[in-house]
Amino acid sequence: MPSTPPTALEMRAISIAFPGVQALDRVDFHTTTGLAHALVGANGAGKSTLMKVLAGAHAHYTGTISLDGRPVSIRSPRDAKALGIEVVYQEVDTALVPYLSVAENVMLDQLVNGMGGRVLVDWRGVRRRARAALDDLGVALDLEAPVSGLALAQKQMVLIARALSRSCRFLVLDEPTAPLSGTETAELFRALRGLLARDIGVIFISHRLPEVKQICDEITVLRDGRHVARGRAADLSPADIVEHMLGRRLAEASPASPPPVAGEGFEVKGLTDHEKVFDVDLRVGAGEIVGLAGLVGAGKTELCKALFGATRASCREARLFGRPYRLADPHRAVRQGLALVPEERRREGVLVDESVATNLTAASLGSFCSGPFLRGGRERRAAAEMISRLAIRTPHARQMVAHLSGGNQQKVAVGKWLLADALLYVFDEPTKGIDVGAKRDMFELIQQLAAAGKAVLYASCDFGEILGIAHRLYVLYGGRVARELEAARTTEEEILFYATGGR
Amino acid sequence: MRPADGEAQASTVVAPDAPARRPRAREAFQLLYRWGTLLTIGLLVIFFGLVTRSFLAPSNLVNILRSISIVTVIAIGVSISLAVGGFDLSVGSVASLADAVVISVLIWWGRGAATAVLATLAACLLVGAVNAFLIVRLRIPDMLATLASLFVFQGVAMTYTHGGSITANMMMEDGSTALGRLAPAFNALGQVPTIIVIMVVAVALVQAFFTFTKYGRYMYMVGGNPEAARLAGVPTGRYRTAAYLGSAVFAGLGGVLLASRIGSSQVNAGSAYLMDAVAAAYIGYSLGGSGKPNAFGTFIGAILIGVLQNGLVMVSVPYYAMDIVKGAVLALALTLTYVKKHA
Repeated sequence: MPSTPPTALEMRAISIAFPGVQALDRVDFHTTTGLAHALVGANGAGKSTLMKVLAGAHAHYTGTISLDGRPVSIRSPRDAKALGIEVVYQEVDTALVPYLSVAENVMLDQLVNGMGGRVLVDWRGVRRRARAALDDLGVALDLEAPVSGLALAQKQMVLIARALSRSCRFLVLDEPTAPLSGTETAELFRALRGLLARDIGVIFISHRLPEVKQICDEITVLRDGRHVARGRAADLSPADIVEHMLGRRLAEASPASPPPVAGEGFEVKGLTDHEKVFDVDLRVGAGEIVGLAGLVGAGKTELCKALFGATRASCREARLFGRPYRLADPHRAVRQGLALVPEERRREGVLVDESVATNLTAASLGSFCSGPFLRGGRERRAAAEMISRLAIRTPHARQMVAHLSGGNQQKVAVGKWLLADALLYVFDEPTKGIDVGAKRDMFELIQQLAAAGKAVLYASCDFGEILGIAHRLYVLYGGRVARELEAARTTEEEILFYATGGR
Repeated sequence: MRPADGEAQASTVVAPDAPARRPRAREAFQLLYRWGTLLTIGLLVIFFGLVTRSFLAPSNLVNILRSISIVTVIAIGVSISLAVGGFDLSVGSVASLADAVVISVLIWWGRGAATAVLATLAACLLVGAVNAFLIVRLRIPDMLATLASLFVFQGVAMTYTHGGSITANMMMEDGSTALGRLAPAFNALGQVPTIIVIMVVAVALVQAFFTFTKYGRYMYMVGGNPEAARLAGVPTGRYRTAAYLGSAVFAGLGGVLLASRIGSSQVNAGSAYLMDAVAAAYIGYSLGGSGKPNAFGTFIGAILIGVLQNGLVMVSVPYYAMDIVKGAVLALALTLTYVKKHA
């Protein structure tokens, strides 16, 4: 109904705290229907938290939310939906029932909650309304097809159609383009423009600035849980936005890394996994620490896994310390001298139900054996030595890893590879969720590895961290290397510029 | 979009003082968890010893061990598949098949005991390879794949024996009489003490494999967290394949012992052992607090089942009510295992 005046949404002085973190601190945010409003900020700035408040996922916020000047209370997802606020989260699969049809998924809420006392489903009505919602988006999908067979972009459309099937006034999209290809993104934007014309407000969380500039009218920037800037998209340059995201130029308090020995180390050309990593060339010298910088969704984790042979990937050429490196599977990667400390520590990095000792020797068990038989004494000594070397806080080596703190679990995950004595160490977000002390220990350890002539690849979305530890770095954007930079001659702002799609 | 914060706050309040509040109760539970199975066996033995005259007679105790030996050997196969995080439902059918093959080689083809046993175990390796192919290559979930192969192997065994039993001096298709006979060495396999010795040796070997070899360690890693094991460089497919081969070989050995005990091949003779074997393997999880499938625990689980069965017969519980008790004991054992997992 384009004739009605636009509805204004205003969030004022929104604060919310979680144990140990002030996630939002008196944040203001306002937008109106018919506008596309971008919410940008670095990882951890509070974008998603703010939108979760709006969606009713966090009941304990303080501050006021009002629609057209009328204060409203949003304390549950039901409240938000009743006001016409719909959110499509990044993990589309969690919101879909894979073996139900497109029509059923679009109309899921009505089928579950909107039945009243009726027992029989009016299937014709369901299909008609699902079709109408999809038509609004200009998407042609088979209503009877099961959702499990759809592409990710199509699943997203199903969720947007679900939002439209209710009387949606504000549609929040959390990082919708991160998993999409270029043409899929264009298709999404085309559909969104249609919604804007129909006077629906779109709130778009992203850190891909070119896309933000392309679709959005207004931009709000958050940093560390605070509102820092708001303006018309046309008036803000990517460089301005980056400056707001980071604040004023940060004084670099990075511990000086020793200069690289830079012998022949690891080199790969044309690494591709056909999904998230495309044609990547990398070089890591012996004794060198090379950063892999990129925002969430840039393909860092996928790149690390591809190098390790953990996903289907191929490359034109790869060499490891003078020998050809064959990309096959993790087993052969380890035998050739690769070590991967994965991002998902508890799920991939350690065996939580096994002892510290078992975990530490997991990647090099053969060297604690005579033939097939374990030498318990040798294993225990090596474990004890590693526990004291890394200062792992555990009562004894037989302790189950599940009972250790996050930082100590990470030390175990790393210690496993120190015992394996690899050539190239790949760290994927190794400081995620560990405390400051453990972080410092981790940096020292990585520097020691480099000093011992190992090649180190360090992936992180914390650019300050990368500048602090790496000698050189590659910035990833959309699964490709956007830029190679010398750590000593760059800034966080420059990295963020390239990581958000600048060129 | 679920209101998780309330839960999170609640748990941070409860978690720190929960262990402090009831350390005694916790310790007692730990003790019960670790040694509950042995304690139960002890209590049952005392109970049956008091109420019956002959339960504690040495001959009866030997009798119990003999009666559980086939279950134990098959259950070891199950526990190997459990160790890699899988589940082999086809062990009963594999035992039936082994029964048919070993007797047919002896009676139809008139070969010696060694040839018959080796040929049977080789056939079981092939059967295990089929399971491994379905699970590791075609990626069918373990339980479903072995449910399918349960039927296939059972059908193969029956088709092979033309749907009937194989006995000495049976009539062959061409009207002649089967010439082969059961070699004395083969008959000895199923007699005391050989059958008990075979069981004990099998338990000891597999327990040693799990405890003292790197391969056993790798299997537990694969079972505990396949993704972490894979990223540590463990070739997970290889170990899962090996586990299904091992499972089939032990199921086959169980079938051979069964054939020796009954001296013939009977239709689906092995399938009765599946449920007892699965129960024994699961009861064995908790022994000594290992929380993992293990051969020794499986042995103890089988003893528990054997003692129950034998004792209940002696106190005149009718055979048709036996399964109620057996099922209840399994439920109890599983409660302990899973309560522990969530604690």
